[in-house]
Amino acid sequence: MAEVAESSKPMFAGLSDVSISGDIPVEGEINVPVGTPSQDNEYSTLDEPVKDTILRDLKAVGKKFVHVMYPKKSSALLRDWDLWGPLLLCVTLALMLQGGSVDSKDDGGPQFAEVFVIIWFGSVIITLNSKLLGGTISFFQSLCVLGYCIMPLTVAMVVCRLVLLGGSGTVSFIVRLIVVTASFSWSTFASTAFLADSQPPNRKALVVYPVFLFYFVIGWMILTFSPSA
Amino acid sequence: MASSDGNKNTEPWGGFDDNIIQGTGSAVIDMENMDDTSGSSFEDMGEMHQRMKEEEVAEEAEATEEETGEDGEFLGMKGINGQLGRQVADEVWQAGKRQASKAFNLYANIDILRPYFDVEPMQVRNRLIESMIPIRMIHFPQKIAGELYGPMMLVFTLVAILLHGMKTSGTVIREGTLMGTAIGTCFGYWLGVSSFIYFLAYLCNAQITMLQMLSLLGYGLFGHCVVLFVTYNVHFHSLFYILWLVVGGLSTLRMVAALISRTVGQTPRLILCGTLGALHMLFLFYLHFAYHKIVEGILDTLEGPNMPPIQRVARDLPVVATSAMNAVNTTVKILGVILQSQ
Repeated sequence: MAEVAESSKPMFAGLSDVSISGDIPVEGEINVPVGTPSQDNEYSTLDEPVKDTILRDLKAVGKKFVHVMYPKKSSALLRDWDLWGPLLLCVTLALMLQGGSVDSKDDGGPQFAEVFVIIWFGSVIITLNSKLLGGTISFFQSLCVLGYCIMPLTVAMVVCRLVLLGGSGTVSFIVRLIVVTASFSWSTFASTAFLADSQPPNRKALVVYPVFLFYFVIGWMILTFSPSA
Repeated sequence: MASSDGNKNTEPWGGFDDNIIQGTGSAVIDMENMDDTSGSSFEDMGEMHQRMKEEEVAEEAEATEEETGEDGEFLGMKGINGQLGRQVADEVWQAGKRQASKAFNLYANIDILRPYFDVEPMQVRNRLIESMIPIRMIHFPQKIAGELYGPMMLVFTLVAILLHGMKTSGTVIREGTLMGTAIGTCFGYWLGVSSFIYFLAYLCNAQITMLQMLSLLGYGLFGHCVVLFVTYNVHFHSLFYILWLVVGGLSTLRMVAALISRTVGQTPRLILCGTLGALHMLFLFYLHFAYHKIVEGILDTLEGPNMPPIQRVARDLPVVATSAMNAVNTTVKILGVILQSQ
């Protein structure tokens, strides 16, 4: 190989002197080491109509809702995690919880932000906690499970709203209490059914307690909701 | 084969070769030094790789040019040397990825905290119970567990209880949210007072680490949780004062005893424990009175001369929640009156 010029030559100077005219045939094979797109055509979803994409995502979300309603130890929720469902539930819950405080013109705004922050911040804390305790579940999988298990509480919120339409007496309070308690236990039970397998067996209680607290706070917010007159 | 011109290496690991750093010299790269990462950061490695590639390609291009002997145009990123662009880009991507993952593993690594969460449920339960039992051994340093799971859960529980108290008392926060206030108060107390007492301990020469202080104060909040949980639902003032003294006092005594056992000298002990005791008891006092509502009417008629120092005006609450609480309150008050009259 020819020796490169002396040490006084600046670094990239040689580059600018290189020139190849286009009509000189060059022999040999050039294999560009970039993944060929032809193999990806069947997996590429960029070209399908938007309706297909949306329907597919909605079906996935719907399937997960069914899994939450009938919680059995399946890994479908964990395998294909997505955050659409949690976002939908969180926004629905936050919108429904709005406008139900003492001075609505002062507290209407923060109510939405509060619910949002509680749900996402709480989920992040629980996920970190379960990872620190030796869990094998990944960050987003855990967020996905916790978000989807808010569904019973959202259903309870809808029911409470309907019950409140009929008046806010003692009977309605008892009914709401029962509904919220039932849905909060359902949420806790559903999320433990999914999360428990990923923990070391003797530490399940340590992971379940924050989940219990989390859903308890959300349930309490739902129970004490009363629409402004 | 190692290039030997201009090699003034005196380091045992080979040092930085001049021909690599300045990008000149022979085309043969000294692989021994290339793979040695001691003393060079990944940035340098990435750059060195990049320069190596560009050198090689430049040399190849020069060699080809010499062979053809013609002076064509430099097509830059196109032509046969389009591959140069892709390889350089690829190399830059690899270097960037390596750097990013290294930074991520360094800073966002939660494994740093993993040893502090290594507890069993039985241990947590035992420590919760022990936090209410002061130990009188003060001539030998008491053992303080350095754990963060229990304290964190207790702080969150306190936040939940505070929220409950604020909601039922109809507290309206103008410049913020209920949740923000509750979290800010509880975490601020836990972290702030721990740091402050740790600083005082440092001044007073006490043998305690920051982790132990956090853990001690965190477990001390168990008493607060219990008292607030009871008194936010049962608005009986004498009950609060009794609980404040007994439960709050016990948990404060436990913390104080642990600190005394690790401090030498009367004055440092007094300073440290006086501060901690005062802050802890006053915090419970503050939490009770700042965030809870005193139901009027029934209180006035039954308490009589024991008027509470702070009173609030009843706000429009959900009627049913108050009526449920009123039922409980009236029962307790009637019991109290019956007991007093006996």
